Amino acid sequence: MSESFFSKKNMKLIKDPLNDDNPITVQVLGICSALAITVKVETAFVMAISVLFVLIGANVIVSLLRKVIPSRIRIIVQLVIVASLVILVDQVLKAFVYDVSKQLSVFVGLIITNCIIMGRLEAFALGNKPGASFLDAVGNAFGYGIILIVVAFFRELFGSGTLTLPVVGKIEILTSLANNTGYEHNGLMILPPMALITVGIYIWIQRSRNRKLIEENH
Amino acid sequence: MEYINIFVKGIFIENMIFAYFLGMCSYLAVSKTVTTANGLGLAVIFVLGVTVPINYLLENYVLKEGALSWLGDEYATMDLSFLSFIMFIAVIASTVQIVEMAVEKFAPALYGALGIFLPLIAVNCSILGGALFMQERQYVNIGEASVFGLGSGVGWWLAIVAIAAIREKIKYSHVPGPLRGLGITFIICGLMGVAFMSFMGIEL
Repeated sequence: MSESFFSKKNMKLIKDPLNDDNPITVQVLGICSALAITVKVETAFVMAISVLFVLIGANVIVSLLRKVIPSRIRIIVQLVIVASLVILVDQVLKAFVYDVSKQLSVFVGLIITNCIIMGRLEAFALGNKPGASFLDAVGNAFGYGIILIVVAFFRELFGSGTLTLPVVGKIEILTSLANNTGYEHNGLMILPPMALITVGIYIWIQRSRNRKLIEENH
Repeated sequence: MEYINIFVKGIFIENMIFAYFLGMCSYLAVSKTVTTANGLGLAVIFVLGVTVPINYLLENYVLKEGALSWLGDEYATMDLSFLSFIMFIAVIASTVQIVEMAVEKFAPALYGALGIFLPLIAVNCSILGGALFMQERQYVNIGEASVFGLGSGVGWWLAIVAIAAIREKIKYSHVPGPLRGLGITFIICGLMGVAFMSFMGIEL
């Protein structure tokens, strides 16, 4: 390996998923969990970290085993690897942040079937070296995390007027405004359908700034 | 009566797509035409209807705390529930494999149309989600669990056929460039979710 770790090709692996090749808004992967847990910033943050851990682990392990796994049974092998990592995450969350783990409920388990993970394993880890797979995992997990946190930020801010940040705790931002001026919180933002519409608007803004992502025929 | 209640709840009130966003990935990818959407929807109904009862048995006779007591007294305190993810996904993956073989043999046209999406049912979140919700809600017998599985499946099928029909029509309308395709689909789906919310609170 003469190529340096911070070469252009490696940086591209990290940077692309943040915008041009974002897992959620461009590759359409991992939407299921992204929408359901974005009511509070804190849960979104914990979810993003969990996905980061599982994706890095799975990508590196599958990439190390890529020459050994027979292609006919690869899906089951991948599922077993991912499921074991998710069990680890689930037990850790239950032990240290029990409240958040209760709020995430079944969605921790659903990281197993999060299409982001299977998608990256199939599309990248099966054909690349462990180092590159690691970077690809980091990039995609961050691309996923950014959307989660942006959507959660707007939903929590307008829906309940607060921001629940990890470590810092709950900050009340719009609640005093609500008390003094008769401003009402938009309760619709907390309900499931608004998550879809928020992501839709995010895609709209992203694509109007980056016109090469526009779909010609649908 | 309880059965009808669980069934209707699964279809409308706790709809997999609009209330929990489960199975969104294939939902968005396969909903371009009504025919393929219908095929995938039926496959999901079948797989959910089969795997939820199997997983229910697994949960109650192997995994839950004290579930192994039928093996003898020394097993009565075992709690294997931390293994549930891996067991559920194994059941689902093998069922999907069987369904795939059956479809390939008996309905080659459907197999051609569904293409790579049949194996992907294994990683469709709604299937594993069905199993995990079944575990969380603790249905009292296998009948309720199967009705829940079927109801959720029908709800998913209804949602995907409905959005496929809308997407077929929207081809003829003028959507702003950056919203075209994915963006407008998200927004339509959100609006359908608002409509489905009006079922909230209905008890039979």
